[in-house]
Amino acid sequence: MSDPTLFQYVLGLADDQLVLGHRLSQWTGRAPILEEELALGNIALDLIGQARGLYQYAGALEGAGRDEDALAYHRDARGYLNLTLVEQPNGDFAQTIARQLFYTAMALPFWQAMTASTDQRLAAVAAKAEKETAYHLRHATEWTARLGDGTDESHRRMQAAINQLWAFTGELFEMIAAEAGLAAAGIAPDRKTLRAAWDRTIDATLSDASLTRPDDSWMAEGGRDGLHGEDLGHMLAEMQSLQRMHPGLQW
Amino acid sequence: MYAQGLINASGDPNAAETPEQLARFQARIDAEEKIEARDWMPAAYRKTLIRQISQHAHSEIIGMQPEGNWVTRAPSLRRKASLLAKVQDEGGHGLYLYAAAETLGISREEMQDQLLSGAAKYSSIFNYPTLTWADIGAIGWLVDGAAIMNQIPLCRCSYGPYARAMVRVCKEESFHQRQGYEIMTTLAQGAPEQKAMAQDALNRWWTPSVMMFGPPDTDSVHSDQSMTWKIKRFTNDALRQRFVDATVPQADYLGLTIPDPECKWNDVTQHYDIGPLDWDDFWKVVKGGGPMNRQRIAARQKADDDGAWVREAALAYAAKRSTQQEAAE
Ligand SMILES: [Fe+2]
Ligand SMILES: [Fe+2]
Ligand SMILES: [Fe+2]
Repeated sequence: MSDPTLFQYVLGLADDQLVLGHRLSQWTGRAPILEEELALGNIALDLIGQARGLYQYAGALEGAGRDEDALAYHRDARGYLNLTLVEQPNGDFAQTIARQLFYTAMALPFWQAMTASTDQRLAAVAAKAEKETAYHLRHATEWTARLGDGTDESHRRMQAAINQLWAFTGELFEMIAAEAGLAAAGIAPDRKTLRAAWDRTIDATLSDASLTRPDDSWMAEGGRDGLHGEDLGHMLAEMQSLQRMHPGLQW
Repeated sequence: MYAQGLINASGDPNAAETPEQLARFQARIDAEEKIEARDWMPAAYRKTLIRQISQHAHSEIIGMQPEGNWVTRAPSLRRKASLLAKVQDEGGHGLYLYAAAETLGISREEMQDQLLSGAAKYSSIFNYPTLTWADIGAIGWLVDGAAIMNQIPLCRCSYGPYARAMVRVCKEESFHQRQGYEIMTTLAQGAPEQKAMAQDALNRWWTPSVMMFGPPDTDSVHSDQSMTWKIKRFTNDALRQRFVDATVPQADYLGLTIPDPECKWNDVTQHYDIGPLDWDDFWKVVKGGGPMNRQRIAARQKADDDGAWVREAALAYAAKRSTQQEAAE
């Protein structure tokens, strides 16, 4: 293996995009309006596309012959290194939008910074992801405004979603042990520097939507070490069922 | 707003259609002119189109369910992405088709209510369940394949907005058909259990696909008038034959068996023969007696109910913003 820390880092990024993309794909046939069916599906497709690019790179870094599907379909929840935010179940539409808002408000400055990475493959993934994420963020902020400032019921649901998912936002800015070294080498963005942009986006979006920013209290952690909630295992069991039932086949 | 509300200013909607009007209309059709939304048209032509286009739109939307059933279980990331993209395309087809029907003076909400109440039908093929991954291949190959046979002539339909919507839809349907056939090829050339999965899917989807073209010409109620109006260009049986002739050699190439012992090449007609179809069963499924009819409508109803508060919020928000804008001006 060329660089185990870089492998692990890229794998975590790939897992973020796949898990979130998969969650959004679970809306298929269930969206509140046909146009949203298309919008959520498009975002899911962008994320799955980003995940594939990252898994392919991770497989190359590892050099053990694992391709994108070996990485996605043959690791269990303990082996997944995604942030716990993205694995949270879809809930109602407000919860899905809150998850999108929190994640993409970080992902946009993250990919913007990553375009300057000294690692050419990561910079290339970032160049595409940056454009896609700009649209994802617009989608999330527009819906946060509509729900926050729509009806009493939508306001109540949107505020509840913000409150419920707030505990998963601390992890967005945590650096795994290896990440500081990658940041120092100009390969990875320093997550601490993303915080200010995230705060600005969140504060502006919430106040525009007449929503209240929750106080920081208990924050989830551990996703990058494979420590997840109980939902991820079920998601993966479903996603991986065919590959696991018939190992070693091409589909 | 219903159809009559849109009839153009030159005609009192309640007045009887004069023989001159009807003759002039038919002359335009015969001259292959496209009829546009603002043009005068007989009420029956409008009604036929609304029924057909809205049924087509509903089929696209309900059709998202059997395929959506495998989005979260697609066996590779590439398959997952292409299936999700396909299901998206079908939703897009539903959108263009609802928009085409709206030009005739019916709203999307009215059409959706008709779907949920059972007043409007959708293609009965979607009342069957997708049981294995191979069903995703079989649907692309057979169901999208049959849809293309039906829809290519609709690109020349006399009603302009429908014809134009179909041009766009057909391009994507042929892509879906190739994608489905590619899934079947991979399975048929794969491990024995994959080939068995492919054969089982063909066994279950063949007859419903052949029936997608509708009842035989001898008892198709809407056919003659639709042909005269050039909404329809070929009869059900002619399109069915075209589909069978294209599909049987594709099954041969895959090494799969068409589940019909009477299906064989006929040297005299230069077409494939097929065995008799059970039209009683077809009508039973159309009328609600298929394995998935209740679930399909219930799933639509649930999405509609669960999303009601979101749609209300979007409307309330838009109304507030436009009031604020007016106040600011
Ligand atoms: Fe379609
Ligand atoms: Fe279609
Ligand atoms: Fe299609």
